[in-house]
Amino acid sequence: MKWHKLVLISVIGVLVLTGCDLTRTQQEEPQAVEGGALPQAAMDIAEERGLSPADISAALKTYIPSGQHDEYLMFLSGGHSGQLIVAGVPSMRILKNIAVFVPESWQGYGFGSWDSREVLEGGLVDGKENLMADTHHPALSETNGDYDGQYVFINDKANARVAVIDLRDFETKQIVKNPNVLSNHGATFVTPNTDYVIETTQYSTPLGWEYAPLDEYEEKYRGLITLWKFDREKGRLIQDESFSIELPPYWQDLCDAGKLVSDGWVFCGSFNTEMATGGVENGNPPFEAGVSQRDMDYLHIVNWEKAKEVFEAGKTETLNDMAVISMDTAVEEGILYLAPEPKSPHGADVTPGGEYVVVAGKLDPHVTIYSMEKIEQAIADENWEPDPFGIPVLDFDAVVEAQVELGLGPLHTQFDNDGHAYTSLFLDTAVAKWKLGPPYHDEGWELVETLPVQYNVGHLVSAEGDTVDPDGKWLVSLNKWSVDRFTGVGPLLPQNEQLIDISTNPMQLLYDMAMGVGEPHYAQMIKADKIDAWEVYPEVGWDPLNQTKSPYATAPGEERIERNGSEVEIFMTAVRSHFTPEIIEVKKGDHVTWHITNIETAVDATHGLQIPAYNVSLSMEPGEVSSIDFVADRDGTFAWYCTEFCSALHLEMMGYLLVEE
Amino acid sequence: MKTESFLGPRVPSAEMEADRTTYLLPTLLLASAAVLLIASLFVPYWKMTLLAPQYPKGLVAKTYVNRLTGDVKEIDGLNHYIGMRPLGEAASLEKSVSVVSIVVISLLVLSTVFVHTRWALLLALPALLLPFLFLADLAYWLNNFGQNLDPTAPLSSSIKPFTPPVLGRGTVGQFATVAAPEIGLIMAFVASLLILVGLYFHRRAYKPLVNASDEIAEA
Repeated sequence: MKWHKLVLISVIGVLVLTGCDLTRTQQEEPQAVEGGALPQAAMDIAEERGLSPADISAALKTYIPSGQHDEYLMFLSGGHSGQLIVAGVPSMRILKNIAVFVPESWQGYGFGSWDSREVLEGGLVDGKENLMADTHHPALSETNGDYDGQYVFINDKANARVAVIDLRDFETKQIVKNPNVLSNHGATFVTPNTDYVIETTQYSTPLGWEYAPLDEYEEKYRGLITLWKFDREKGRLIQDESFSIELPPYWQDLCDAGKLVSDGWVFCGSFNTEMATGGVENGNPPFEAGVSQRDMDYLHIVNWEKAKEVFEAGKTETLNDMAVISMDTAVEEGILYLAPEPKSPHGADVTPGGEYVVVAGKLDPHVTIYSMEKIEQAIADENWEPDPFGIPVLDFDAVVEAQVELGLGPLHTQFDNDGHAYTSLFLDTAVAKWKLGPPYHDEGWELVETLPVQYNVGHLVSAEGDTVDPDGKWLVSLNKWSVDRFTGVGPLLPQNEQLIDISTNPMQLLYDMAMGVGEPHYAQMIKADKIDAWEVYPEVGWDPLNQTKSPYATAPGEERIERNGSEVEIFMTAVRSHFTPEIIEVKKGDHVTWHITNIETAVDATHGLQIPAYNVSLSMEPGEVSSIDFVADRDGTFAWYCTEFCSALHLEMMGYLLVEE
Repeated sequence: MKTESFLGPRVPSAEMEADRTTYLLPTLLLASAAVLLIASLFVPYWKMTLLAPQYPKGLVAKTYVNRLTGDVKEIDGLNHYIGMRPLGEAASLEKSVSVVSIVVISLLVLSTVFVHTRWALLLALPALLLPFLFLADLAYWLNNFGQNLDPTAPLSSSIKPFTPPVLGRGTVGQFATVAAPEIGLIMAFVASLLILVGLYFHRRAYKPLVNASDEIAEA
C-alpha cells in the first residue's frame, strides 16, 4: 500500500510545482555601489567638472534615474500665465502646466471644446470673456488638516476668481467669479476638512466694483472675505451655500485657516489700515509710501464657524446673488476681530498644532507670534478698543506670545516636523530657520540659522509644511529674480525655484530650477503617493467635465453623420491611426456639431484635432469624448489632422472638411 | 451488448471490506481528474505576452476554452497595421462548443468509476487527449492568422507572414512574444496524468474481478 501513497504524494507534488509561475522572466536587480567612496570614474567626472563635495551630495540627492519617480509633487501657481504648474521633487522636473484661467492649445483648453468652454464661461467678468489671469495660491484639499490628494484650488488675483482642479485627471473643472470684488489675494486656503475655500479681497473697491470717487473711500470702499462652500462629491463650489463677510477697506492680504485648537477661525493680514488713496500725480504720497505710514496694521481674526451659523440663520444681505454678512452684523455676532500687527505684513501662517499664528512683518524685521489661547482670552475679557468702523481691536500685548527677529523683509512661513519654522526674507534674500516655543520646544522663539538664496525670495514651501503633519524634508524657495543664475535668454528672465534640503543641519541648497513659464507665488508640496491619478479615463466614452459616461460617446461601428437641414451632427471615433469618418462635406452656413470619441485604452494614446482657419484645437485622452460646434461660415477645403504624434502613421491620421459655397 | 458486459462485475462487499484502498484509489484519482477538468473551465489555458519598449507593462492576451481576455483590443489595434484579423474571429466553433464538450468528457471520466471493464479506457480517452487537442488547435489558428495577413496593410512590406510559436519566445516587428501555458492547461495535463495513473489502478483493481466473473461465466 505504501507505494500507492507515494504515487499520490508525487502527483500532489507535480500539481504544486506546475502551479508555480512558469512564465516568470528573470529581472536584473540594479547593483548598488559597494564601499564608502565613489567609484574612480565618478571622481574623475567631478574633478573634470570642478564639483565640490557639496555639489556632489546635491547631485546625488536630486538625481532621479530614468524611469524612477519623484517622492513629492509640487503644485506651483503660474502667476500671470494663469496656469498651475506641477513639478516633481527632488528632481524639480516640470511634469505639467495645467490650463486654468487662460486658454491652452495643447490641452485643447479654450479652443472650441464644450467642456473647457463651460469652465471658462464660469469666469466671465461682467458677462465678458476675460482671458488673462494671475494665479497666486494653490490649496490642496484637506481631510482633518492634512492633504488628501483629491483636489487643488487656485485663485486668480487679477479678477477675483477661484478654480477647482480634479486630481484624478489633473484638469480644471470649475471657475467661479466672485460677484462682488475684482481682486483677491487671501485665496485660496481651505478649512481643515475642505468644507470651505477661502477667498479674501486684496484691493478694496465699492462692493460690486461700482463707481465711487476715491474721496468716498472710507464710507464706500470695502474688503470681503468669502467662504465658498465645496461639495466634495460633485467636485464643485456651490454659490448658493457660500457667503461673504464685509471687511473694512484695509487691503487684506494672505490668510490661513485655523486648525486643531484654532479650528473654526481664519486669520488674514492687512497692509493699508492707513486707508491711503494715492495720487502721486496730485502731490499726494504714492501708494507705496501712503500705505506704509503706520507701525501697526491689523490681523483680521474671523470666526467662520459662527459666521456659518449667522448665514444659516439668514442674517445676511444678498448682493449680486451672494449672501453677505454686513460688518455691523459681524461685529455684533462676534465674528470679526482685529489685532495690531507690524508692519504691512505678508503671511499669516498657523503652526501645525494650530496654537499660534505667525505673522511675517515684511517692513518689520520680526515674525510676531499670536496665541490662539490668548486671543480667546482677550475676546472673553473684552480687552479691546474699537477701530473707526467699530470693530474690536484686541490689545497687542494681551494676544502676542512672542516676537523673533529674523532679518529684513520677512514674508511667509512654513514648518517642519521638529518644531522649526522657515521664513522667507525678501530683502535679505535668505531663508531663516527658527525655533518655535512651547509645546514644540521648552526654550524656543529664537533664530537658528539663515541660508542665502538667489534672489529675492517671495513665498517658500516645505513638504506638507502648512498641514497638521509637516514632513520636515524638502523646502523650495520661490525666488522672484534669477539675475545671474541661468544662461541669458533675453531681458525677460526665468524665475528661480531653489530646492533646499532641510533634513540636514545646516540646511543645504541643492538645485536651481528655472521657471520659464510663469511666476510662481505660492506652492504646496504633497507626498506623491497620496494622489491616485488615472492613467486613462475609467471608461471609453468619458465626459471629463462631469466625470461620467458622455451621452455623445460613439462606439466603433456607430460612427455617422446626421443631417437635418442646415444642422450637421458628426459622431466620430479616433483610434491609431485614423478618424472615422474622415471626409466631412457640408454647405456654407451649416451649423456643424462634432463629437469625437477617442476609443483607445492604452496609456498615453492621446489624439488631438486641429482645424485650420476655424480656431479649433482639441485633446482627446484615451477614452475621452470631446465636442465642438461651429457655423461653417468659410467655404473652402480644410485639411484637419491629429495633432498628437500617436503612431508611426500619425501623419496619415487626417481628414478633409469640405465646405461647399 | 449486455449492460453487465459493459459495466463489468460489482465488487463483493466482503472484498471491499478487506481491501478498501484498492478500489477507492482509482475512484479517487479519476474523480479528481473530472473535477480538475470542470474547474479548468473557469481559468485561462494559455497566454501570450507581447513586450515592446513603449509598453513597459507588456500586453497580454489570455485564452480560456471559450473566450479571450486581456489587452485584446489593444493587440487588435496594433495587428491592423500588419493586416492580421481580430483575434476574436479565431476558433469560433471551438469556443462555442468547448464548455459543453468539456463537461461531457469530464462526466465520461467520472463514469469509469462505475464501468469496471476495459471500456473505461475508451471513456477516459477524450479527457486524456484534451490538452494535446487544445495545443494542436491553438497551433492551427496561430498559423492560420499569422500566415493570412492582409497584403494591403500599412506594414505589409516590413512584416511578412509568420507563424507565432505555441509555446516559447517569438518576434513580430518591435514586439517580443512569450507564449506560455496558464493554470487551466496545466490542470488539464495534471488531469491526464491522474487519468493515466487512475486507469492503471483501475485495471489492477477490477481486472481480477472481470477475469473471475468471466471464468464463472465459462464454467
